Amino acid sequence: MLNIVAAVAGRDLKLAMRRQADIVSALFFFVIVVSLFPLGIGPEPDLLRKLAPGVLWVAALLATMLSLPRLFADDHRDGTLEQLALAPHPLGLVVTGKVIAHWLVSGLPLALIAPVLGIQFDLSTDALLVLTGAILLGTPALSGIGAIGAALTLGLRGGGVLLSLLVLPLYIPVLIFGAGAVDATVSGLGGEGHLSLLAAMTCASIGFAPWAAAAALKIALE
Amino acid sequence: MTDRFNLYRFASPATFYPLAGTLIPYFAAIAAVFGIAGLYVGMLVAPTDFQQGEGYRIIFIHVPASWLSMFIYLVMAGWAAIGLAFNTRLSGMMAQALAPTGALMAFLSLWTGALWGKPMWGTWWVWDARLTSELILLFLYIGYMALTAAIDDARRADKAGGLLLLVGVVNVPIIYFSVKWWNTLHQGSSVNLTKSSMAETMLWGMLLMAMCFWMYSIAVALMRVRTIMLERERHTDWVKAILAGGEQ
Repeated sequence: MLNIVAAVAGRDLKLAMRRQADIVSALFFFVIVVSLFPLGIGPEPDLLRKLAPGVLWVAALLATMLSLPRLFADDHRDGTLEQLALAPHPLGLVVTGKVIAHWLVSGLPLALIAPVLGIQFDLSTDALLVLTGAILLGTPALSGIGAIGAALTLGLRGGGVLLSLLVLPLYIPVLIFGAGAVDATVSGLGGEGHLSLLAAMTCASIGFAPWAAAAALKIALE
Repeated sequence: MTDRFNLYRFASPATFYPLAGTLIPYFAAIAAVFGIAGLYVGMLVAPTDFQQGEGYRIIFIHVPASWLSMFIYLVMAGWAAIGLAFNTRLSGMMAQALAPTGALMAFLSLWTGALWGKPMWGTWWVWDARLTSELILLFLYIGYMALTAAIDDARRADKAGGLLLLVGVVNVPIIYFSVKWWNTLHQGSSVNLTKSSMAETMLWGMLLMAMCFWMYSIAVALMRVRTIMLERERHTDWVKAILAGGEQ
């Protein structure tokens, strides 16, 4: 059972590595969006410190959204997706593999670069650690929930905009607790509770979302 | 009529179309009766609030609209579950017919809330947990309508929309509680919506208006589902017969 997950994840990773420009451009989108905020708001460190968690998280949501349409679209175009759906393995496991690969190429780089951007916003070391941890814990949930939206909008016109309309409202809890963890650390309350809830949401969405996405894929492939 | 009444007969658009046509005037009439009674109680009988004056009377529109916006989403999710489980055609049509009314109720709830908030709280909008989750509910309605509108194949639109509704209905409590906790973390309870000392006539006015909104929603959804049926089943004989009859 885990073999199929690992096989699909490995295949998607290999495909992603052949086109590294896609990963890098999503990452730089994140960096640019975050850098725009100080330019729009002003360089006061106090204000930036307060805004940093929200800004970084909103930018992370948008950057994740950017790479979502490609989650199934390429495989759909060349017919691979139909073959995967016909395979004897449950489609939910295939989607789980794809979600894991998507997180590794879209969520993980965001978490790695976030501390650097956090320094630009004058965050303390504690806050930077919690921010990185929160993005590490929360982005898998974004990939999981996003997979449902990507599957529902597969092959539709205006898919990208539609996808954001469907998925962004469902991202709100992750945003709240992700940014809340950093806020709580900065204010001295401790972010453990938020991080636990983020981890719970990630577990739930990695466990359940692939099956909903698989059902949506079957509808799309009918 | 057969000797045994079979409810499942009406799962077919051909039999449901005339039934809906018969029912619409009744629901509309009940809505009008409840509406007149509710407005009478709300505007004339219910006493002036000792704190809020006459402005509070907007709750006779606001509260029923909020209730209905949430209730309609649940009903749509119920139809979606039936549609996905039994592969019935009518379920998806009903969910699509309800969506604009639900979105309207959510919008009405936000709008009247803003009108009420300005004189009472001194602001059109606060990031209160209820307001925020009502706004997100409106987003969910818009997402559903955008998705079903983007899919040309009606059956795929029904199923994809249905799946989105089920995902949404699972997420609604999560969103509600996260917004609630977010709100309590960001600001103290500067806004308290609880009205423990509500006069009985106010409650009655609200319930009557809620019934009015409920019946109105059913009547409008049935009207909408009839047009959806005609549009989707236009290749069938029964629709052609209706359209031919209408033109004479």
